[in-house]
Amino acid sequence: MISDDENVGVQPHVGTAALPERGLLLDIQRRMLEIRFFEDEVMRLFMLNLVRGSTHLCQGQEAVSVGTCSALREGDTMTCTYRGHGAVLAMGAPLDRTMAEILGKAEGLCGGKGGSMHLTDLSVGALGSFAIVGAHLPFATGAALSAQHLGTGAVSVAFFGDGTTNIGAFHEALNLAAIWKLPVIFVCENNLYGEYSPLASTTPVERLADRASSYAMTAERVDGNDVLAVRNAVAAAAARARDGKGPTMLEALTYRQKGHSRTDAGAYRPPGELDEWLARDPIARFERLLTEAGVVTSADLAELRERTEALVREATERALAWSEPDAGRRLEDVFA
Amino acid sequence: MSELTFREGVTRALAEELERDERVLVLGEDVGAAGGVFQATAGLFDRFGPRRVRDTPISEQAIVGCALGASVTGLRPVAEIMFADFAGVCFDQIANQLAKYRYMTGGQASVPVTIRMANGGGVGFAAQHSQAVENWFLNVPGLKICVPGTPADAYGLLKAAIRDDNPVLVFEHKRLYPERGPVPDGDGVVELGRAAIVRTGSDVTVVATQLMRHRALAAAEVLAGDGIDIEIIDPRTLVPLDLETIVGSVTKTGRLVCVQECPPGGSWGATVVASVVEQAWESLDVPPRLVSGDESPIPYAGSLEDEWLPSVDRIVGELRDVASA
Repeated sequence: MISDDENVGVQPHVGTAALPERGLLLDIQRRMLEIRFFEDEVMRLFMLNLVRGSTHLCQGQEAVSVGTCSALREGDTMTCTYRGHGAVLAMGAPLDRTMAEILGKAEGLCGGKGGSMHLTDLSVGALGSFAIVGAHLPFATGAALSAQHLGTGAVSVAFFGDGTTNIGAFHEALNLAAIWKLPVIFVCENNLYGEYSPLASTTPVERLADRASSYAMTAERVDGNDVLAVRNAVAAAAARARDGKGPTMLEALTYRQKGHSRTDAGAYRPPGELDEWLARDPIARFERLLTEAGVVTSADLAELRERTEALVREATERALAWSEPDAGRRLEDVFA
Repeated sequence: MSELTFREGVTRALAEELERDERVLVLGEDVGAAGGVFQATAGLFDRFGPRRVRDTPISEQAIVGCALGASVTGLRPVAEIMFADFAGVCFDQIANQLAKYRYMTGGQASVPVTIRMANGGGVGFAAQHSQAVENWFLNVPGLKICVPGTPADAYGLLKAAIRDDNPVLVFEHKRLYPERGPVPDGDGVVELGRAAIVRTGSDVTVVATQLMRHRALAAAEVLAGDGIDIEIIDPRTLVPLDLETIVGSVTKTGRLVCVQECPPGGSWGATVVASVVEQAWESLDVPPRLVSGDESPIPYAGSLEDEWLPSVDRIVGELRDVASA
């Protein structure tokens, strides 16, 4: 989460006049860069065989994670999918311990028991990355039920992919959240592909936000590569949720610049599609906005890039230097 | 001490825990205004209101997942899955989410969720509403499993489950809901992982739970007339399992029979036999035996289901056989 007391309110428009203050804008940019460099590092380490199993990268989708989490406040909670490195970092999980978890180190967020697909940091409200499609949506309603029951005013965010809208848990969770008016924000990251299959081959509706209408739920489609548009939509949804008006579904249109997982080169993509989306890269786009609005100079941005890249590199080096967990630890944490 | 039905034992445990701890809430299909299809939550809605006793849609995944999320964020939910067989609908939520959350997060949170489920056969509900579903979860570390056989255990184990900081599955046998028995007034919590010695005897150790515990006891009374002295142990919880009490008994009798209302493959009885063979092989005078349901789905017609479930007569025969071997 990025602290920002004044700017949590609704921002109806992303014109320069409505821009949040400079510090926040730079924080947003730094977070997106952190995620981008982090994912590039994970990819590099994967190629060196230092990451076990599989891993699912989110380059290109940074604006959804950062835009959403920047609109949250202390005490709010977030759950996400196995493509969740970005979301967990956007909540403020430390770079080094996040990388250490992916590397299976004892200092990792989960002591090396979860790995890439299960990054969790309760201390920042990142309640879990879930590797079964849709399984966390019911969980998110539970976190919202606690908030409602205990009167904490917290909202519960669940990130999920377009493919999730075809699994039963999605429908059960939206229905429950709607009838109990739970403070949940369901954020669909529509990156156009469920694993290797294009959306149209698996899903009869093109506009996934429409699915919320079955649950009489407010829904909105936003440009998921426009970080401020995402932030504004989430801020509005959070305000409604805190006001007792129940859940919202947001559909953020975005694109997965890499394949589904390491073995996937994305051969199913039509020619030219990737290039079109690279031209809409959320980070480059936000940089243009910041320079055009005169918030920063390109020298400032270059400096930020360099500093952030160094931070990620240093965090990775720390994580690499840490040890794997002691084998005896495997029997711990089964029960409380 | 009060004389209560098994069902009333459940209701009293829920009422007392709702009263004792604001964080406890009950959720499930028809558990509120209707009082539950088995009436195990009768009166709770009126007493504690719709915020604490929540009717849900027919959405087992949402029920279990919501309970899990709520438990990690400060509540102690007691979810009801109407028939245990419906665990099939939310198997992912129980086996992949609930059981593993604490472990996968490196112990960042505890998961105080109780799931109550109506279990077992002998009531004519056919193949999808009669199974001994506790067996499905034996291979899923991270879950505690209660199988109460008396009103006192239904009451005391449920209270222990709700107070436990881990996911606990509590299986309530449908056929036992109307059975009466003494229930202690006041605290009566039954510690998880402690077997009950239901009957002491010297010739054969019988391990049985729920409905089969009662049938084994009836069989033991028949055999007592023939001078065969049966010891009956009800483990009461399958995870954790009080193997020490079972092994101690087998060391005395030299004979082990597990009576269960499920097919033998992958069953709790098979687990008990394997553990006893490992730990007390020299104590066994004859091969251990499983008395089980058939390797078929549970049939509907009375003549078929009666034959499928181990009956008192069949248990008598098997025990006589083992005792004389």
